Formats: sequence, C-alpha cells, structure tokens
Amino acid sequence: MGVRRETMVNTLLLAGLLAVPLWALWADEPFTITLATRVAILALAGVGLNLALGTGGLVSFGHAVFFGIGGYAMGILAFHAQNYTPLIESLSIPGTKSMPVIWAVAVIASALVALAIGALSLRTSGVYFIMITLAFGQMFYYFTISWPAYGGEDGMSIYLRNSFPGVNTLVPFNFFAISFAALLAVLVLVGRLMRAPFGLALSAARQNEARLRAVGIDPYRLRLTAFTLSGAITGLAGALYADLNRFVSPSMFSWQTSGEIMIFVILGGVGRLFGPVAGAALFILLEHFLGGISEYWHIFLGVLLLGVVLFARGGLIGLLAGREVAHD
Amino acid sequence: MSLILVIEQVLNGLQSGVMLFLMAAGLTLIFGVMGLINLAHGSLYMIGAFAAAAVAGATGSFLLGLAAALAASAAAGALIEASVLRRLYGRDHLDQVLATFALILIFSEGTRWLFGSFPLYLDIPDWLSGPVLLPGGIHYPLYRLAIIGVGLLVAFGLFALISRTRIGIRIRAGEADREMIGALGVNISVLYTLVFALGAALAGLAGALIGAIQSVQVGMGEPVMILAFVVIVIGGIGSIRGALVGALLVGLTDTLGRIFLPMLFGLFMEPTAATTTGSALASMSIYILMAAVLLVKPTGLYGSAG
Amino acid sequence: MRAKSLFLATAVASALALAAAPGARAEGIKVGMITTLSGGGASLGVDVRDGFMLAVKMSGRDDIEVVIEDDQRKPDIAVQLADKMIQSDRVDLLTGIIWSNLALAVVPAAVAQGKFYLSPNAGPSQLAGAGCDPLHFNVAWQNDDLPAAAGTYLAAEGFDNTLLLAPNYPAGHDMVNGFKRTFTGGINGEIFTKLGQKDYAAEIAQIRASGADSVFFFLPGGMGISFLKQYADSGVDIPLFGPAFSFDQGILQAVGDAALGVRNTSQWNKDIDNPANKAFVEAFQAEYGRLPSLYASQGYDTANLMISAMEKADVSDTDAFRAALEEADFDSVRGKFSFAPNHFPVQDIYVREVIKEGDVFTNRIVGVAATDFVNAYVDQCKM
Repeated sequence: MGVRRETMVNTLLLAGLLAVPLWALWADEPFTITLATRVAILALAGVGLNLALGTGGLVSFGHAVFFGIGGYAMGILAFHAQNYTPLIESLSIPGTKSMPVIWAVAVIASALVALAIGALSLRTSGVYFIMITLAFGQMFYYFTISWPAYGGEDGMSIYLRNSFPGVNTLVPFNFFAISFAALLAVLVLVGRLMRAPFGLALSAARQNEARLRAVGIDPYRLRLTAFTLSGAITGLAGALYADLNRFVSPSMFSWQTSGEIMIFVILGGVGRLFGPVAGAALFILLEHFLGGISEYWHIFLGVLLLGVVLFARGGLIGLLAGREVAHD
Repeated sequence: MSLILVIEQVLNGLQSGVMLFLMAAGLTLIFGVMGLINLAHGSLYMIGAFAAAAVAGATGSFLLGLAAALAASAAAGALIEASVLRRLYGRDHLDQVLATFALILIFSEGTRWLFGSFPLYLDIPDWLSGPVLLPGGIHYPLYRLAIIGVGLLVAFGLFALISRTRIGIRIRAGEADREMIGALGVNISVLYTLVFALGAALAGLAGALIGAIQSVQVGMGEPVMILAFVVIVIGGIGSIRGALVGALLVGLTDTLGRIFLPMLFGLFMEPTAATTTGSALASMSIYILMAAVLLVKPTGLYGSAG
Repeated sequence: MRAKSLFLATAVASALALAAAPGARAEGIKVGMITTLSGGGASLGVDVRDGFMLAVKMSGRDDIEVVIEDDQRKPDIAVQLADKMIQSDRVDLLTGIIWSNLALAVVPAAVAQGKFYLSPNAGPSQLAGAGCDPLHFNVAWQNDDLPAAAGTYLAAEGFDNTLLLAPNYPAGHDMVNGFKRTFTGGINGEIFTKLGQKDYAAEIAQIRASGADSVFFFLPGGMGISFLKQYADSGVDIPLFGPAFSFDQGILQAVGDAALGVRNTSQWNKDIDNPANKAFVEAFQAEYGRLPSLYASQGYDTANLMISAMEKADVSDTDAFRAALEEADFDSVRGKFSFAPNHFPVQDIYVREVIKEGDVFTNRIVGVAATDFVNAYVDQCKM
C-alpha cells in the first residue's frame, strides 16, 4: 500500500511543480516562475546526491564540488563566448553559449572529478568518508577564491542566458520548462536504475556488504560507479543553476552548499526517488515565507530540521506516504 | 630568513595547534564515547567567547570571563545533550550531521538575536599583555605563551583523567563496550552528559582564550569547527593522543605553509604571482595533508576502525 | 527594533497612499533594497539600511516605498532577490548591496532591465571602467579610492619602505594595486592571507623581521579586529595605515585600545564641519542610540541623492531622472560631492586618527589625503 500511496504523492508533487508556474504565467507573476525553476534545479542536485546517499549509503559532505564544477563549466564556456576569446589559446577552441554543449561539458567534467574524488575517498568509510569529501570541497572552494583567471571570489556574470535550439530561454517559463524536463528525464533514468540489477546491488552493498562479496560483486567498483553518476547529475544541476542566476561564484563550492543539498534530501526523505523534489520545494517555500517574517528565520529552519531528523525520519514523503520505506 | 624567524613561526604553529587540540579533544572524546558527530561544536566555542566577552565587559575581570565561558558552554553542552543529542546516539551519522547542522543555525541566529550584529569586545588582561624576550633574542607575546601553557596543561590533565581516574576508566569502558558499562551499574546517561559537558567546556575555554586576540562575532565557530574535524580525522577519530598529534601537525602545516610556500614559489616565479599562488596553495595545504593521511591510513594515524 | 518600526511606518504610509489613489503612483518611487542583514557581515547592512531610512524619514515624504530584503551575503540569493524585486515588486530603483562580488552579480542584469542602481557601498573596478552604465551610480567610492589616497599620503609623509598586507581575493588585490598606483616610495613586500583568516601571528612575525618603516593593510570586518588586537599585543612598533574599513564606528569598540592612534583614509567622518553632517549625526544618534558609521553616512547620502532627483524629475522618465541624479544636487554629509563621468564620486579624502572620546572609540580628521579625488577608471568608461 505504501508504495502505491507514494506513487500518488509523487505524481501530485510533479503536477504541483508544473501547475504553480503555469498559474504564475497566467497571473503574470514571473518571480513565482523563477522560484519554481529554482525548486526544479535544486531538486535535480538533490536527486544526484540521493543516488549516492540514499541508495548507496555514501554520506557525501562534498557534493558542492560537482555543483560548482557544473556551474563553472557554464561560466567559463559562456565567458569566452561572450568575450570572443578562445577557451584554449593554442588550440583556438572557442567558448560556447549553447546549453546542450555546456551541459555535456558540465556532466563530463563533474563525472571525471567525481571519479577521481570517489576513487580516493571510497577507500575510507563512515565518518572518515564524510570528512574527506568535506576536505575536497574545501580545497576546491579555496582554490576558486584565490584563482584570479575567472574572477576569484567575485565570480563571473554572464550577461545573457545561454541559448537552447528552438527555445527563447530569456522567457522565464521557457527556462523553467527546460529545467523541469531535465529533472523529469533524470528522475526516469534514476528510477529505472534503482530497479535494475545495478540499483539492487548498490542497495545490497549498503545493507550487507559481505553477502555482495559472496556473489562475486566488488562493492568498491559498484560504489565508485554510483558516486560518479551522482556527481554527474549534481554537475548538470550546477550548470542549470548558473544559467538561472546568470552568475557563478565560489560560494557554489562552499560547505554550506553541500549542507543545503543534503537538507533537500533529508527534508524530503532519504532514499526516496522523489524525496529531493519534496525537500527542495519545502526549503524554497520556507526561505521565501519565513524570510519575509523575520530576519532570524534561520532559527525556525533549524528547529524544523531538528524536528524532521528526530521525529519524522521518512521526511516529507514518508509523512505523506506512510512509513513503509519503498526502497528497502 | 633568520633562524629566529623560523623558531618564532614554529612557536606560532604550536600555539595554534594547542588551541585546535582543545576543540578537537572534545570532539574526539564525544565521538569515542557516544559515537556522535557534533557539527555544533563550533557553536559551543562561540558561546564560550560571547560569555567571556559579556562577563569580562561587565565585571572588568578576564578570569571571571573565563569562568563564565566554561560554565556557559558546559551548560549549553549539557542542555543540548539531554534534550536533543541523546536521541541520536544510536542513529546513523547522516542524522547526526543534519541535527547538529540544525543546532548551528539555531545557536548562530539565536546569539545574533541576543547580542546584535556588531562584534563584541574582549581583550587580553594587562598582566598577560605585551611581548616577552625569550632566550636567543625572540620577542614573543606573553599571552600566546600562556595559551601554549594552558593547552599543554589541559592535554596533560585529560590524559591523567582518562588513564588514572574512575571516571576515565568508565569512559574507556564505555568506548569499548556500551552494554557492559550499563551492566556494571554505572548510570550511563549521567556519564554521557558529563562527557559532553566536559567536551563543551573545552570548546568554550578555547573560544574565550582565542576571543581575546580575535574578533568575537557570530559565525566565528564554523571555520574552527571544520579545522577541528580535520584534526581528529588525521589523528584517528576517538583517540585523544591522535587529536594532540593531529592538532600540532595541522597547526604547524598551516602556519609554516602560509609563510614558506610563497617564499618557495618566489624562487622561480615573479613576486606577485608567487605570493598569490603560494597563498592559494597554503590555504588548501591542510586539506591536502588530510587527504594524503587518509589515503595512506584510511582510519587516521591512531584510529582503530571507521 | 526602532529601525524596523520606522520601516513599517514608511511602508504603511506608502501603502495607504497607494490605496487612496491607485493612479497616482507616477509621483512616487518604489525602492528595492538588497543588503546583508543576517550572518557575519550584518552590521554593515544594518548601518546602510538605517542611514537610508533615516534620510527617507527626515525628508517627510510619503511617496517613497522601500522593500528591504536580506541577501545573507550570498551572491545567488542577491540575484534571486533582484529578480523578485524587478519582476514581482516592480521596483523603480535598486540599492543596498554591500559586497563587490554581490554587486557584480546583480548590477549588470538590473541596469540591463532598465532599473536604476544606486550603490551605497561596493564600487568594483569592473563597474567603474568598461562595465560602467548610465543607470548605475555609486555614492560611496570606487574600491581603489581610499587605498590610493593612502598611497599619496604615505608618500607625502616620506615613508619609503612599506609592507602591504591584504587577503588573497579580488578586492584585496584591488586595494594593494590602488595603493601602489599612487605610492612613490619603496615597497618592502606584499603578504596575501587566506580570506577569513583570524590568526596573524605568522604574518606579524614576518612584519617584525621585515625592517619595513610602515605597514599598509586592508583586512575588513573580523579579520581587521583580530589583526589589530594581535598586532598591538606583539609589541611591534612599525606604524600601521589602512583604508577606513577596519576603523569603522561599528567595529572600533570591539578593537578597543589596540586601534588608538592608527591613521586611516576616509571620505567621511562625524566631525566634518557642515550643517548637513551635523544634522545627520544628531538625528542618527537620536533615532538609533549609537554613533553613525561610514556605512550609515553612505546610506544616508544615497537616499538624499535619490530624493534630490525626485524633486526634479519623475523616475518613470528615465533620461530626466538620470540627468537629475548626475547633477548630485543634494547636501552631502561629506561637503563637496559631484559625479565623475563614470558616475563615481569626485570628493575629498581625509586622513583620520583613532581616538577615544570618553568611553567611546572613534575617529577625528587630522588632514586631507587628496582633494577632489577622481577614480582611476574614468577613462575606460565609454557611455
């Protein structure tokens, strides 16, 4: 029953996320569309982390690295395109303002970095894994702050949003549609993956590593694959987020960003496919409304988070769909 | 580059390492005994500094400020242990990270609500201010020497507490086998609260001592908290000895790296580029150190199991 | 708290005005203020907001509506708030940003959408040079101004072996380069520290061993407090100089005796002798119960500049309003004030010294570092 109810909740969530900007389009409230776009993109980042964290049990406190790499992939490519300077001097490769190309670069770059970080970090486990991923995050953060070529701490502004073939991305709703489509596509992909042998094995690796070894599967390679995929998805979200703001900066790499992505996952429900969607939506709602009520809204956010961790372990989806955890 | 400068920098590294140890000792103790990751440890450091600044400002006595810092942070520690963290001991690390992240939000904004957005004033007392002349002609601030002294004293006291006293035996027993200690009739929840308050008091002490030479403001705890985590991960989580070695290593690497890396790059680069590149690398140095240690020893220098 | 009630009063008044006469908005102005009100940098944003709202209140006008939002010092949040204010609140004019990196994220997009931006603080070189814009006005300074004035002053004082210290990030490099542009003496060396660093023992040891005759440093906020306290305790007696940011009213009390006697360059101080400044300092103390800071004075001037333009033109007439702003026809608390062609201030920059008045640490003017100072990027601005 739990599973069917969860499917219903998920469907409602997606319908809501689509209905709100449609209403905003009708009511001429463009900022609400921007908020919905933010939800879709941050949810995408969360879906990436959830693959490692929820399904794989890999508590990464450094996913801001991939988010930032995606962002800087967009920033650097668009920066060279808008200034008509070659990306790599000797090969005279130009920058680009085309979203599909930027996405491809963001996904590949963050996947490669995730592969490298994962290969090193997965030698450790437990708290050590949490902390070594945090350390890699801090390395990238301080590097981008003091690296002068692309703005350092100032970051980089891109004056016009990048282009997508056949779509005017400057119209807020169109960009929402692009982000929403990306989220849907990734949700379908990850959903299939979780039911495929790969996802089942990954889940098994979290629960009982010895049994997995007994059937001849190497958990290290399995986790490394999951971590790389997870980083690639978060990297794609980073590229979209940079395009939403038309701006990238080192704060995308900060440990608070890692923490926030984690919050989306937990608020929504760890290991549930749609958890990050619910979590990101709730977070943005809170930020928008609590922020309007009090300067000290972080206190309320903290109390709420605490409440979720202590009393509602299935997160928002768990609360709505009942306690049977679909993924176990 | 004179020898005196090198010695002075080594002293600076020691001083920063000793302070980090005060933070790291509490963290590692709490993890070793209760199995809890406490991200809010930096908030306890901030509470210590604010309590010291408020009381020293009102009474004019630095020592009373220190006492207030110890009391306030220990009380705050005991309070969050008994009300929130106790429920998290059996949970996985993810829940602990999130819950204590939430505590940071509450403590930081709560402090700002109480004390306002402007930094507070806390200064070195007259009897500890100014430099002294060490053998070899080194001028070194007396206060920093005092910090090194206090830190080493606390380290020594902690080792004695754990290896020599009954509480220490119980703490070690608790680390080894939680059910066993309950069976022995020790009131485990009181023991846990005590250990947590002790760790919190150490963080508060560090906050007050450092508050006198740095700025007392909201958010001061987080950078220190991240460094303290780096320390205990390098040392091996749960090991007090590891925390001491890790703290000194991190303190020395950070201090010496800041000074000597730009000089090193200056040997083969033009000066401005060398200082920029050198400082950039220096700001990453301790994280590189940590990654390197974990690659060789995945459970830290003195750690037993993850 | 009083600040909040003041804001509410204004907001309510303007809401009433709106309700009474729906078509009458042409006369008024809607301002979006994005500033830092929470977290570590909140004291600066609070001062800018308080200074700005004080001027609005003192003008007695009820046709100024101000929407205030907290950017948490995060560039992405600032961008989103700007989107919200432009798209949803439909403001005419934006202001309030404290930090250069946030200004760089917000300002180009805001002016591209036809909104005015009046900067009460951040003045990055990008927006003064090639990225200047007809709708962007800076009422504070270009980032290099105060250090450049310090360079002039130190050279005139005969220093010839200066050590430079700043955090390793763009504003830090800007400050050091600004100083070097005007300083004709010798440079002993440059030290760049980690952004946010709070322990300067290693750097102070380096300064002690350097043999420099003076130190010019830029360490804003908590970094400056920490450095000054540690420097005073180290017994090193090489004189310190810096731009006003580390000696501002908001943080001097936290530094205490350690800052006494240090000279710094600033375009404003509370003892500048003109009626506008006297009225400002008195009203600010009466309203908020504390001395105004540099940032408060900048917020106050920003609002008065805007009000002066409102008296000449309607904000919906972009060209007329811009021309009215360019005239800078308001009584600045700094005395003389006009705009250079790139819309950055032309103003005198003073040398101040930190003193103690009773129990309160503050500054007094001891000299003039530069008269009618014009920023270095004017020639790069084509508009």
